[in-house]
Amino acid sequence: MGMIFTLLWIAVALTVAMALALGFRKLATAATRGETSRALRDAPLTAAFGMMVIVIYLIVAILAPLIAPFPEREIVGTQFQPWTAEHWLGTDALGRDLFSRMVYGTRNTVGIAFATTALAFLIGSVLGLLAATVGGWLDQGMSRLVDVLMAIPSLIFALLLLTIFGTSIMTLILVIAVIDSTRVFRLARAVSEGVVVMDYIEAARLRGERLPYLITREILPNVTAPLVAEFGLRFCFVFLSISALSFLGLGIQPPTADWGSMVRENATLITFGDITPLLPAGAIALLTVAVNFVVDWQLYRASGLKE
Amino acid sequence: MADSDLLLDIRDLRIDGKAGDDWLPIVKGVNLTLKKGEVLGLIGESGAGKSTIGLAAMGFARDGCRISGGTIDFDGVDLRKSSQDNLRRLRGKRIAYVAQSAAASFNPAHKLMEQYVEAPVRHGVMGRSEAERDAVELYRKMQLPNPEEIGFRFPHQVSGGQLQRAMTAMAMSCRPDLIIFDEPTTALDVTTQIEVLAAIRDIVEQFGTSAIYITHDLAVVAQMADRIKILLRGEEVEEADTRTMLADPQEDYTKSLWAVRSFKRSAQDAPKSEPVVSVRNVSASYGPVQVLDDVSFDIHARRTVAVVGESGSGKSTAARVITGLLPPTHGEVLFDGTPLPADYRKRTRDQLRHAQMIYQMADTALNPKLTIRKLIGRPAQMYLGLRGRKLNERIRELLHLIEMEPDEFIDRLPSELSGGQKQRIGIARALAAEPRFIICDEVTSALDQIVAEGILKLLDRLQGELNLAYMFITHDLATVKAIADDVVVMQKGRVVEQGPKEEMFRPPHHPYTDLLLSSVPEMDPDWLTNLLEERKSKDHPTSADA
Amino acid sequence: MTLVLRMIAQRLALGLLTLFVVSLLIFGATELLPGDFAEAVLGQAATPETVAAIRRELGLDQPLVLRYVDWLWGAVQFDFGSSLAQRNRAVSDLIATRLGNTLFLALYAAAMAVPLALTLGILAALWRNSLFDRVANSSALSAISFPEFFVAYILIYILAQGGWFPSMARLPAGADLGEKLYRAFLPALTLTLVVTAHMMRMTRAAIINLLASPYIEMARLKGMRPSRVIVHHALPNAIAPIVNVIAINLAYLITGVVVVEVVFVYPGLGQLMVDSVSRRDIPVVQAVALIFAAAYVLLNLTADVISTLSNPRLMHRK
Repeated sequence: MGMIFTLLWIAVALTVAMALALGFRKLATAATRGETSRALRDAPLTAAFGMMVIVIYLIVAILAPLIAPFPEREIVGTQFQPWTAEHWLGTDALGRDLFSRMVYGTRNTVGIAFATTALAFLIGSVLGLLAATVGGWLDQGMSRLVDVLMAIPSLIFALLLLTIFGTSIMTLILVIAVIDSTRVFRLARAVSEGVVVMDYIEAARLRGERLPYLITREILPNVTAPLVAEFGLRFCFVFLSISALSFLGLGIQPPTADWGSMVRENATLITFGDITPLLPAGAIALLTVAVNFVVDWQLYRASGLKE
Repeated sequence: MADSDLLLDIRDLRIDGKAGDDWLPIVKGVNLTLKKGEVLGLIGESGAGKSTIGLAAMGFARDGCRISGGTIDFDGVDLRKSSQDNLRRLRGKRIAYVAQSAAASFNPAHKLMEQYVEAPVRHGVMGRSEAERDAVELYRKMQLPNPEEIGFRFPHQVSGGQLQRAMTAMAMSCRPDLIIFDEPTTALDVTTQIEVLAAIRDIVEQFGTSAIYITHDLAVVAQMADRIKILLRGEEVEEADTRTMLADPQEDYTKSLWAVRSFKRSAQDAPKSEPVVSVRNVSASYGPVQVLDDVSFDIHARRTVAVVGESGSGKSTAARVITGLLPPTHGEVLFDGTPLPADYRKRTRDQLRHAQMIYQMADTALNPKLTIRKLIGRPAQMYLGLRGRKLNERIRELLHLIEMEPDEFIDRLPSELSGGQKQRIGIARALAAEPRFIICDEVTSALDQIVAEGILKLLDRLQGELNLAYMFITHDLATVKAIADDVVVMQKGRVVEQGPKEEMFRPPHHPYTDLLLSSVPEMDPDWLTNLLEERKSKDHPTSADA
Repeated sequence: MTLVLRMIAQRLALGLLTLFVVSLLIFGATELLPGDFAEAVLGQAATPETVAAIRRELGLDQPLVLRYVDWLWGAVQFDFGSSLAQRNRAVSDLIATRLGNTLFLALYAAAMAVPLALTLGILAALWRNSLFDRVANSSALSAISFPEFFVAYILIYILAQGGWFPSMARLPAGADLGEKLYRAFLPALTLTLVVTAHMMRMTRAAIINLLASPYIEMARLKGMRPSRVIVHHALPNAIAPIVNVIAINLAYLITGVVVVEVVFVYPGLGQLMVDSVSRRDIPVVQAVALIFAAAYVLLNLTADVISTLSNPRLMHRK
């Protein structure tokens, strides 16, 4: 019986999600114009769903103080209260309002992951473009260094570095960004390498163009599309790594509200049949699924347009 | 059509290709018939739908294509109505296929013999050992070296020309009624092409196999086909037997195809001034491999030097040395009598400006993210310091020069242009620098013949108007005949022979020049037969196709 | 042949070199510790005596190079000194049984995931754009997006609630294989789900990439059956990409193990690593990191060698 019930729930959830996505696509198509509007109209439902989720998360993150009924860090009730009209998702081990912490968690968890990914991209793509364009020893040196750094599994490397530098939010961002920038470097270098061998780059070099012009005007416009898609994928990865670290108690530290640590703090409830701790985990999963759906669509579009 | 010896009868064939989410017609109602033992040549430029029709004759459509209408009647069976199982029993056994690139179409994981015996054994035509003996026999007929042993090599261990012959032998393995040849010699050098053409024609004749021979090269099809059908954008233009078609084409399009080979620029009087560019005793190497060996030649203003050779002859390397991309190990390049620095990074802006380059693939030579305005404007801005309204005027002037309407094109991206238009933009970009010397690297070889002729005429006109010196790198002797004043023949990094065009095309030649010249197919349908007999009687050394 | 041997020898040497540099990094990282590490570890309990003791224990009073050589020499013999948190316990003692447990879990998951993922991936490639493909693809994409602990807790919620499997995967000493398999089922299943999704998608991509080759079209035009086209024509060329896919995903297992072990309180290396990080037990962290990195390098090395051996261009020179 339980199984059937679960399956029923999944079916209902999928139907609702599809209906919402359909509505969102209509809305987005109407709200935009020209090329964008046409692209949105042809977007698959999965992608529309993804975009809708991302928009909702953005709104929640920006308006967190307005949406959350209680402050982020204040104890507002007794411990482990069940779901009530006052505390929609109950309270945690310290008596803080879980719904409010979920809302603030959007801002904290997503914000930190976004900042980290952006930093990783800045480092990785600048160095990758440089390595591919300049070539020679610079390229060799950086590529070998990245090879070695990538020979250490990233979570393990992060754990090692966090042991040493401690676990403040700043070190967390820096450590993950540096580790992740190696992956961005690889991609940026590979993609630029494909562009650098083109005749139009040779023509620009023979024209006497200098390095900054070559990189910003001739190469960069041709590598942005794959880099943007990769940004989505890397964001998912960073987001999951940070959540994993927080879950392990080594990432974002209390009392900052964060989804990974919320799962950890309330995990015991699951064994009592309470699904509340699954909600922050689900929130992480939902955003990652959403981003992946959008990236998948973009990649498909890019490969389709090439023909 | 009550012909009893009719093998293939295609009626009103329609094929769609997928473009985004829509299906667009590629083949728009083509009829095609083939008698037993007959060879039909399918001719057309890129996008004519000839390969698609060839595959449809096997009841096959590539991913992203679908056969949407018509009948394909092969020996009394409608292939469109046949089950996949029945089609499979025909393919390889009664209808075989020879692909354009043998190197890519042989499975790299298996030996040639393994791939040869697959069809006869799987289709139950003969046992494995019999098939292997048969393979050796066919390899011998195809004049492959070491026919006993070559089957036990992997594809990567065999040269391109040999692979193409091995693939033809493989197609013959079940003695099919019909073979589809899809541009089988397009990827080969001219001297190799001859041998493959001769071998294919021989074996098709011997077994009385019907064939559809697909190509864009008129002269090649004239040697191979009994009948020729001409296609344009998925529709038939006309069809006739080979000799009639060559002698008396009816349609304007066909006539224009025939005419392209007749363009010849007016003879230039030799002003014999000081050369603009001279290459002096240049040797160069990639790592330990020497690719240029003591190469010298001059290029004068208002004159075109054609550098001719097959792949690997060093003709493109010579251009790289002149532009400074590959510093020579020995020798130097003079511009107006003064030596240029070997590395382009050490050259002055003016030295860079005066030597411009036009590339073979306009697709990769134009940055796809820049508009025509930026593409042409940048050199004018950089070298000549033009800004604002002056720059805009100059860009428009350049577009007029290459016969493109500025208002229509100036803000387009390269992807919104046709192949010929892209190549014109490449020319405009070179002109924007106001150079004295332009290197044209196979500029017409990626283009259809009619478009190519337009480009050649344009370059010819510009040379006269702007006093340009051209270096024309090409493997195509028809282009040389059309546009060159002087010819440099290269082989394996050395200059074999050089001189004014008139002398070069008049015997006596250096043996390699002779081989090269005689290997270029001519429109005469008897050309291959005559050539082979002539070579046999002279016991001419065949090319080194190892 | 000699060429292939030389290539493999080169790869091996490169792998060893990488491992050496990695060991330098792992060891050197400790040198980046801000301030005096001994004081940081001890915190409020830092008295001059205890600090001196720790410094001696870590060998901080000796020159850097000497300490590294010492450490590496010990590591090669599986001797990592003694733990800081649990005094007088050798790190190797702490690690030994846990290493076995982690390997057991990883192999358990791999044994389920690899065949499953390869089959699904190949089928999705064969029937691409079919309903099966779309469903498989979307589910895989979702599974990839789930944090491991989410998958783990869902499984606990569904399977452990009903009492079918234990949510705590403690392995009692002397448990037989069946018992172990039963107890470790949920963590292994979690890892399987996560890794299968990745592996399936990559396998599908690798095969589709291959099916676009002209030689596959040729095989079809020779009238070969779809099964033969796949088995005889595609698979021999797919060994290298598939082996790489497997290697990448087994490497991913190594990382995934950490979180899953914590969720299920499984007595493995990951659990130990996390505990040691929060205690800042440097010798243990170093040792575990080195072991994980070594496994990672070894996996990639194996994939490299197999790819080389499966390439006829390298095996049969001109």
